[in-house]
Amino acid sequence: MIALVKRPEPSRVFSLAAPLLAVLATMVFGGLLFAVLGKDPIEAIATIFWEPLFGEFAFFYRPQLLIKGAPLVLIAIGLSLGFKAGIWNIGAEGQYIMGALFGAGAGLAFYPLESAFIFPLMVLAGAFGGWVWAMIPAVLKVKFGTNEILVSLMLVYVAEQFLASMSLGLLRNPEGMGFPGSRNLQQYSSAHNADLIAGSGMHWGVVVALIAVIFAYVLLARHRLGFAIRVTGEAPRAAAFSGINPARLVLFCLGMSGLLAGLAGMFEVSGPAGQVTIDFNVGYGFTAIIVAFLGRLHPVGILLAGLLMALTYIGGDIAQSKMGLPAAAIQVFQGMLLFFLLALDLFTNYRLQFKRAEAV
Amino acid sequence: MTFTKRAAAKLLLGTALAATMGTTAFADGHEKTKVGFVYVGSVNDGGWTTSHDKARLAMQEHFGDKVETVFVENVAEGPDSERVMTQMALDGADLIFTTSFGYMDPTNNVAAKFPDVKFEHATGYKRLHDNVSTYSARFYEGRAIQGHIAGKMTKSNIVGYIGSYPIPEVIRGINSAFIHARKVNPDVQFKIIWAYTWFDAAKEADAAKVLIEQGADVVLQHTDSTAPQAAAQEAGNVTTFGQASDMEQYAPYPRVSSIIDEWAPYYIARTQAVMDGTWEQIDTWDGIGAGMVGIGEITEAVPADVKAEAEAMKAAIADGSYHPFTGPLNKQDGTVFLAEGEVADDGALAGMNFYVEGLDAELPQ
Amino acid sequence: MDLSAINPVLFIAGFFVAATPLIFAAIGELVVEKTGVLNLGVEGMMITGAICGFAVAVETESPLLGFAAAALGGALLSTLFAFLTQVMLANQVASGLALTLFGLGFSALLGQSYAGMKPPRLEDVDFGPLGDIPVIGPVFFSHDIIVYLGLGIVIAVWAVLKFSRAGLILRAVGENHDAAHALGFKVKRVRALAIMFGGACAGVGGAYISLIRVPQWTEGMTAGIGWIALALVVFASWRAFRVLLGAYLFGGLVQLQLNLQGAGVAIPVEYLAMSPYVITIVVLVFLSRSRSAAPGSLGRIFHASS
Repeated sequence: MIALVKRPEPSRVFSLAAPLLAVLATMVFGGLLFAVLGKDPIEAIATIFWEPLFGEFAFFYRPQLLIKGAPLVLIAIGLSLGFKAGIWNIGAEGQYIMGALFGAGAGLAFYPLESAFIFPLMVLAGAFGGWVWAMIPAVLKVKFGTNEILVSLMLVYVAEQFLASMSLGLLRNPEGMGFPGSRNLQQYSSAHNADLIAGSGMHWGVVVALIAVIFAYVLLARHRLGFAIRVTGEAPRAAAFSGINPARLVLFCLGMSGLLAGLAGMFEVSGPAGQVTIDFNVGYGFTAIIVAFLGRLHPVGILLAGLLMALTYIGGDIAQSKMGLPAAAIQVFQGMLLFFLLALDLFTNYRLQFKRAEAV
Repeated sequence: MTFTKRAAAKLLLGTALAATMGTTAFADGHEKTKVGFVYVGSVNDGGWTTSHDKARLAMQEHFGDKVETVFVENVAEGPDSERVMTQMALDGADLIFTTSFGYMDPTNNVAAKFPDVKFEHATGYKRLHDNVSTYSARFYEGRAIQGHIAGKMTKSNIVGYIGSYPIPEVIRGINSAFIHARKVNPDVQFKIIWAYTWFDAAKEADAAKVLIEQGADVVLQHTDSTAPQAAAQEAGNVTTFGQASDMEQYAPYPRVSSIIDEWAPYYIARTQAVMDGTWEQIDTWDGIGAGMVGIGEITEAVPADVKAEAEAMKAAIADGSYHPFTGPLNKQDGTVFLAEGEVADDGALAGMNFYVEGLDAELPQ
Repeated sequence: MDLSAINPVLFIAGFFVAATPLIFAAIGELVVEKTGVLNLGVEGMMITGAICGFAVAVETESPLLGFAAAALGGALLSTLFAFLTQVMLANQVASGLALTLFGLGFSALLGQSYAGMKPPRLEDVDFGPLGDIPVIGPVFFSHDIIVYLGLGIVIAVWAVLKFSRAGLILRAVGENHDAAHALGFKVKRVRALAIMFGGACAGVGGAYISLIRVPQWTEGMTAGIGWIALALVVFASWRAFRVLLGAYLFGGLVQLQLNLQGAGVAIPVEYLAMSPYVITIVVLVFLSRSRSAAPGSLGRIFHASS
């Protein structure tokens, strides 16, 4: 009989070994999948994991990792604060959209005026947009005890409809020949979130994502609020006794995650994407939930997990183009990676114990 | 090696990387012409992306060993598409077809960085650099023929129309079909449902069913799935037309004809031009005459005289003797759009954001 | 504008077709959530069911075998989720999302050779003279067997939850897993079985889209219906019959929107499209007045620490 026994402390060895094992297992099973599809498994795996980092054109792909990873990390950091405290915001996709709409809207309102105030104003508007959207589930939870998982999820679909409405209506580019979509902010220099060093991929969103990682780290390790978050998540009743105000915590955690998701949307729309379009959102808000868990809700872990996810996207596209792998195979491969990471995580907190059978 | 130092300096990565570019990106000696395709959907979507991928395969077949093609599917518009295009250019593509309107700005951005790679953007209008061409098809020509057949075929005098988004391209198609349906049937009326998607089988099926329930016995679609065909087949006595691809599996009825996106001749011609070194920037808007818009076989479900008229119209459009938007035509509000004998110019067509007179519907704002 | 164009009989009959995939997916998820498990992978299980059902129906030319295969496919995929969350104690939210991602990719791979095909048709049930009754006939007695099966499952789930010992155990596990464990119930086994039931239901719901509602196979064709089903469970406040009500309301809103457009009413489509979600939120707020609506252990990981 094998039993799972909770470790008194999470295993440090396993918290490092589990992700490595998961990646290894994914390579084996993913390789099998690619072999079944008639592709060289070694070449496919190498294309996905090696090529973007150390291949011939790594100089191009490495900055792309930042561009693809930054929104994931930024959103996931915000989500992790709530997740740690048992507050589940799964509507980051909606907050991301609203941040982009508010941010782009603020910028476009001034078009074609050029001023140094525009971009900071857009940052504020984007943060506000995401924050407001997250405050809906927060306030409803505090006031009425409504389940924030479901409210935040519902609001994603509401936000998507707003996005369509704005792309076809209010924010439509008047010089766009009638096509849906806003003006391109990349061509409006006051509103453009450009690379800080050309070609480095380091736009403001990347910088803010890194700051958020440090901020979250300090908050959780040193600050009283971080303590409150951890205690609430681990022992809600103890938290109540120690005088932590749960309502304020809900407002803070949801608000913060919305704010960061809104910022991510704003930096994306004003930088790499450039435009508000009907299909502007590509699922960062949902992927970030997975990233948060892959990173074990730890700021540094999230940073690494975000980059790993970005790597599989970028490597996956290269494998499609170079080897003719279907996009669906890459998706399955990513799914496998997540499954293994989630499954093997068990051994960080539990160990196996072999003992005699007894009634369980 | 045509990749000059100066052009290289324009690269996003600055001069240090330009050296790498100069020595690697085009160092394969170009035994084969490499052509990349960026797709917005899946190659199995049975509509828009499938039609491009069929053309890619036809082009590959045509050139055989002289050409290597690569593609990436399901590429989101925005930064992902920009990365995929750059990746193709780095990997030595000589020509890249980007096949969605939303790739317009990304295509031009990447083109700026790779002056020696040729870019072809479908359905867009921006050609900011010498190495960017645009191409699109005059689907409204096919719509005129559909409208004619629809006007003749309908018994209930109600024609259903599934639109994707209320944008000029789609509005133009509705107008063209309506004008020609009215010409042969003054009592005909159009019911229009906007699906707000280019491709969502379930939604399109629902829309088709509702149109049929409301009395439509002809359903035209400007969305790409075959779901409306299936709905019509289920209903029994409803006529449809294939869209984007021939949808021949629903022939001879309900599908009585189709508008087919025929990209292959264009892809072959442009690839040939790159091989010959004669590629130049162009803005192509071709129709039936040039073979970019194909009219799928008109089946025996259409009466012989109607079929003959439709084929005569097709021939007239092809040789340029007839233009589907020929005056006198009024806008919906009664103001004059085209005077007697006047033909709409391309500018008016490209920006069309109004219904023509007689259409009993409102454009969503 | 011509509202008389809307045929009320066909309009209402259309509800049944639009609602059936939702009913299956939502009633399955309801049972899962009743045991305290939140599976966000409904969309992934639906799309897997859609392709499994389609492929088998095409190969065997039997739509009913297709539906059986869809149930099996959905249930098999859901065992992955059960394994992750019950055995490996992984987080349910993340596992569910991963399941959806995997299901979308996996179904697209399976379906590559089935694009553009036509599935065999499932005949409507013949009710004889009942079908000829005006209004009532076309509304209630003109559908295929799966529509009625969907209604049957709702009734069955309601009865089991309310009257049977199995239902009692199910609810006990969902309300307080520690207490249920102390009483000697096998929490994990109950949950795993519920998850598989949910997977099977979602699979059938998906196959209803690919085999009847559309009918054809295209990648990602469930297009968010799984997510609506999740909303529906909440909307129904975890009660079986309210799932029916909700499914008709959600399905009906889609029908209404299309019908109004067809009748020439210029409606703001986006705002109508967001209304089901807004309504769900409003319902949630009202429900939360009575605190006991949601299962007590929903989303929490259970591990017997003895």
